[in-house]
Amino acid sequence: MKKLIKSSQQWVHKMASPRWFYQISGRWLPWLSLLTFVSIIIGVIWGLGFAPQDAKQGNSFRIIYIHVPASFLALVGYYIMAISGAIAIIWKIKLADVVMKSAAPIGASLTFIALLTGAVWGKPTWGTYWIWDARITSMLILFFLYLGVIVLQKAYSAQGLSNKAAALLALVGTINIPIIYKSVDWWYTLHQPATIKFTEAPSMHPDMFQPLLIMIIGFYLFYVTALIVSMRAEIIFRERNTSWVKELALNLKDKRPI
Amino acid sequence: MNNIGFLAILRRDLLLAVRYRGDLANPLIFFFIVIALIPLGLTPDSKELSEIAPGMLWITALLASLLSLDGLFKDDFADGTLEQIIILPQPLYFMVLAKTIVHWVVTGLPLSLLAPVLGLMLSLPETGYLPLMLSLLIGTAILSLIGSVGAALTLPLNKEGILLSLIVIPFYMPVLIFGSNMVVLAVDGLSIASPLAIMGALLALSLLISPYVTSCALRLSIYG
Amino acid sequence: MPDPKNILMNQASVKTLSLKDLSFQRNEKFLFSNISLTLESGDILQILGQNGSGKTTLLRLISTALRPYSGEIIWQGKNVNDIRESYLEDVLFLGHQPGLKRLLSAEENLVWWRRLNKTNLSKNVNAFEEVGLYNHKDEPCNYLSVGQLKRAALARLYVSEAKLWILDEPFTSIDKEFSIKLKSLIVSHLKRGGIVVLATHQDLKIENMKYFSIPDLSGATSE
Repeated sequence: MKKLIKSSQQWVHKMASPRWFYQISGRWLPWLSLLTFVSIIIGVIWGLGFAPQDAKQGNSFRIIYIHVPASFLALVGYYIMAISGAIAIIWKIKLADVVMKSAAPIGASLTFIALLTGAVWGKPTWGTYWIWDARITSMLILFFLYLGVIVLQKAYSAQGLSNKAAALLALVGTINIPIIYKSVDWWYTLHQPATIKFTEAPSMHPDMFQPLLIMIIGFYLFYVTALIVSMRAEIIFRERNTSWVKELALNLKDKRPI
Repeated sequence: MNNIGFLAILRRDLLLAVRYRGDLANPLIFFFIVIALIPLGLTPDSKELSEIAPGMLWITALLASLLSLDGLFKDDFADGTLEQIIILPQPLYFMVLAKTIVHWVVTGLPLSLLAPVLGLMLSLPETGYLPLMLSLLIGTAILSLIGSVGAALTLPLNKEGILLSLIVIPFYMPVLIFGSNMVVLAVDGLSIASPLAIMGALLALSLLISPYVTSCALRLSIYG
Repeated sequence: MPDPKNILMNQASVKTLSLKDLSFQRNEKFLFSNISLTLESGDILQILGQNGSGKTTLLRLISTALRPYSGEIIWQGKNVNDIRESYLEDVLFLGHQPGLKRLLSAEENLVWWRRLNKTNLSKNVNAFEEVGLYNHKDEPCNYLSVGQLKRAALARLYVSEAKLWILDEPFTSIDKEFSIKLKSLIVSHLKRGGIVVLATHQDLKIENMKYFSIPDLSGATSE
């Protein structure tokens, strides 16, 4: 039995090897990029061009087609980062460490986009770019949490140390995110209810909701694509001294016309 | 549970704090000076000051506690005693807890006791004195516990001062919210029961979790 | 073949330490891999290797401060991770740093260390007389020289009840006279049935000394 566990562990380690991932993801990438591109194009055209105007906000509401998926992925991305960090610490799986490192800047960028689109949306809606609304404040704190992880990661790699400390920080963050969100809600009791919840029927008109769903799917695909691209770059960097990367580099050189 | 290591570390760190008396006063002086900045930067008007006093006292106490975190493990790391502590035949949890308690005793505790005096200077109404002390007593203990995680995570880095603040402050926010709210409620003559209960729960949670996380962080950060 | 040393000792107290396929990775590179060796009561192992080859890391692995990437450390037939606390009661580890608080006196430091390690405080040994610091034992360690600090750290060897001594460069910054004394202390520990693992560049000329030299893996890769 013990032997079986051990051999299955070895199998997982092999399957999660950076080299294997690099090769398999190279095959997925064109398809993923195509799907991402198509769904975002459809979502944008449908959302901006064909979805009906909002009764109160007019056309300015259409920014939710970027704002909502971005804020969605910002939070999901934090959990993806933290869970892969935990896997990297506990099971010492290299690929999980690569996921953790690549996920941080992508998540931070999405959080920043959510904040920025929120501000742009705020101007026509509330008459100001920034108000200390509960959801905006929570999003801002999430941005700070991301920054902490990235800064810690950079500080460790600048000294040639591994980024396990950043993974642990991300993990601690996941315990704290619910507490932070609850406390901010408590602090700002007059907050708008979340516009969309999957557990309930959408409060939006279906004609507005359908393109939003497509945009959310598009953003998920975008997230995965961006993650894979950045992971591949990280893998090549980390494995730069191995024979397979050297071979890869030589092959590329041969294929180029010059 | 074996208390030998816990008590030995507690005794040693308190003794060290007493030998280093000069450092003991630093957070208090910082607290004092920053509070003196507030009337200079905003207004000497006592009515306006009394309105912002709870938040200002809390923010300043938070920063004072934060700035003293830096040395929590640094000395022990530099002189090799941390390495000795890590390989003791006892759980690291209690050693870390002892160090964190000493940090609170030399920073949070005196800050909380001094706070009413500074409250007086910011024209905080008298009804706020006791809730201010109470909220700071519980709150700074939570800050020390959370902060120990940050101190452990940044231990081997050279420029840890500002980095430590960056990674720890977001985690301090809930404590600030409930702590200062407790004082505001008391000044307005309302019940402080619910923020008090929440802070008690946060203290219990961080007592359980954070020494454990700090132990893991110490092993990870020192040896990679 | 029975070792003459072992006959003198109580057979039940024979201790064994073995490393099984020990590997360690740092920054995705193996510092060393598949180290296997066994030590018994009375054995002394000197670890050799260039600077940066991982001598200190290997000592830290044996002291459980660090966790190996793979492989096991076995003490008395059990994995040390499963018996961590009882194993560490048998271990004395002295690292590069003396591990002394500068504001406390040498004696306060030693008392603190003994309390933590649950060594018998009433055991009547004057460690500071042995290391030649008797007149300085009440001064804060701030006032001691580097060599004196090292002696103050080594004073632990005189009061420890640990069976396994793990010493990282114990002979640096101490004078010739004390080096001889330290060497005879190590030999008497071995005669009592202790085990010593140490990293040093000195040739100690102790009988039956075992050597392990860490192979240079810096050119190899992890894949």
